[in-house]
Amino acid sequence: MKRNILVTSLLSLLFIPTILAQTSALPTVAPTVNTGDTAWMIVATAFVLLMTIPGLALFYGGLVRRKNVLNVFMQCFIITAAISIEWVICGYSLSFGSSTGFLAPYIGGLDWAFLNNINITDLSPYFISHSQIGLDGKAIGTIPHIVFIMFQCMFAVITPALIIGAFAERINFKGFFIFTILWSLFIYNPVAHWVWSADGWLFKLGALDFAGGTVVHVNAGIAAIVTALVLGKRRDYKRHAIPPHNITYVVMGAGLLWVGWFGFNAGSGLAADGLAGNALMVTHIAAAAAALTWALLDWIIDKRPTVVGISTGAVAGLVAITPAAGFVGVPGALAIGVIVSLVCFCMVAYVKPKLGYDDSLDAFGVHGIGGMLGAILTGVLASPLIQPAYSGALYGNYRQLLVQLIAVFATIIFSGIGTFLLFKLTDKLVGIRASDKHEAIGLDETQHGETAYNNFD
Amino acid sequence: MKKIEAVIRKSKFEDVKQALYDAGIEWFSYWDITGLGRSTEEQIVRGQVFQSSYIHRRMISIVVRDINLDKTLDAILNSAWTGDTGDGKIFIYDIQDTIRIRTRESGPEALFNKE
Repeated sequence: MKRNILVTSLLSLLFIPTILAQTSALPTVAPTVNTGDTAWMIVATAFVLLMTIPGLALFYGGLVRRKNVLNVFMQCFIITAAISIEWVICGYSLSFGSSTGFLAPYIGGLDWAFLNNINITDLSPYFISHSQIGLDGKAIGTIPHIVFIMFQCMFAVITPALIIGAFAERINFKGFFIFTILWSLFIYNPVAHWVWSADGWLFKLGALDFAGGTVVHVNAGIAAIVTALVLGKRRDYKRHAIPPHNITYVVMGAGLLWVGWFGFNAGSGLAADGLAGNALMVTHIAAAAAALTWALLDWIIDKRPTVVGISTGAVAGLVAITPAAGFVGVPGALAIGVIVSLVCFCMVAYVKPKLGYDDSLDAFGVHGIGGMLGAILTGVLASPLIQPAYSGALYGNYRQLLVQLIAVFATIIFSGIGTFLLFKLTDKLVGIRASDKHEAIGLDETQHGETAYNNFD
Repeated sequence: MKKIEAVIRKSKFEDVKQALYDAGIEWFSYWDITGLGRSTEEQIVRGQVFQSSYIHRRMISIVVRDINLDKTLDAILNSAWTGDTGDGKIFIYDIQDTIRIRTRESGPEALFNKE
């Protein structure tokens, strides 16, 4: 959740009278970049890139059959390249810029298109716990604006990459590419604006989303279930999952995601401070609790703890703690970790086969369900011990839970309908499902002309 | 008793497997094979084009009683067919004897479970 100038200075006025004196008299010293914050944010940005390539690529690539592994890697890679370009052309401006009129709460304008009017000396207008007073008397962040833009770029990249898990092994590459660009433009950017921008309607409502539970995980998870349903089942899907071709990749991917998530969550405080430290700690604890819970469930129900299970559990825990990382302490993290594994386990082990949809790699079951659960539990478990201004239903603030539910439902409805329309539109334009023959031969060979495990002499 | 060895497309393996189950075949072994042929395929690595003549197929091997031979062959022929060049071949051999290690039964009896 990105605090903005107006609201934070307003809060500061209410809670800390000493700030009042500072804001009323204009400072004489120009605001400067905090080198510690900036160094951490540059590293955190690299960490979040690591989550998509190679983290998610390995995690998903290991779960598909070996005839499709390169296709998944390629999807992650081309998303990284294409969405980064989209981000500087107009994505950042549409997400974090401001517009006028009735559209202001829903989408940004084009003032920052091509990063126009942004200089390397500018400080970030977005900040959370660290701020300083600018020469104009307004609070401003402590890191360069361009670092904030790049950090957010990595979030814009990983969100469409998460959806890959739902349509893996059966999508036409051209259709995938066009759909992904459209989805980022028309679904990701508005939702990011709602929740994180200074003008966003969910932000103004007070929705808490520290690092992207609704914007990233619910958003991508709902898109996942819609694409899986529209695309239909894989030709070889018969009421049970198709086994992963390389579980060592899955472990490497989950491990890299875990490492990268430290940047994702602990970087979302936009500073190197105690709040970042808390985010780091609860992220780690929630992932550990969820991994352990999933392994125990496997152990008890299916007699043996599985490697795919513990890896999936860790990712589910990381997903669920994302919105809560800046608002809960270790007890909250433990609760979130245990609950998310219980729910996601039931979802992918029992509900999915019952309903019979083919969400190839459980993008909905883990990211969608885990994200919703995390966003709602943030409204329950947010503790005033972490940030005094925010508390959840457990601490008597029932309104927060209601706001979280509104944020989740708004995202579900917008992402669900929007994804459906964009997916159908892409299908009309270029066709979205790979031909039966291509699906049988494998997407590596038919879409890219390469195979993963060659035996050239 | 006959041994059937069939070279099939990898992409048809799932279909062939299902057809064999449906025909009552309880087990068979398979392995990936690489062959060399006259026909070549273009491969591109970082902009460099080179010709590759490696052909990837899957070999399946089944030993059946004589009464099951025809329906097994039909199952493979129907499920492995695409009509394009390279659908594969089937080889049929006579089997001299079969012995089940656990019970030392021999002959056609050893090929299926009576229980």
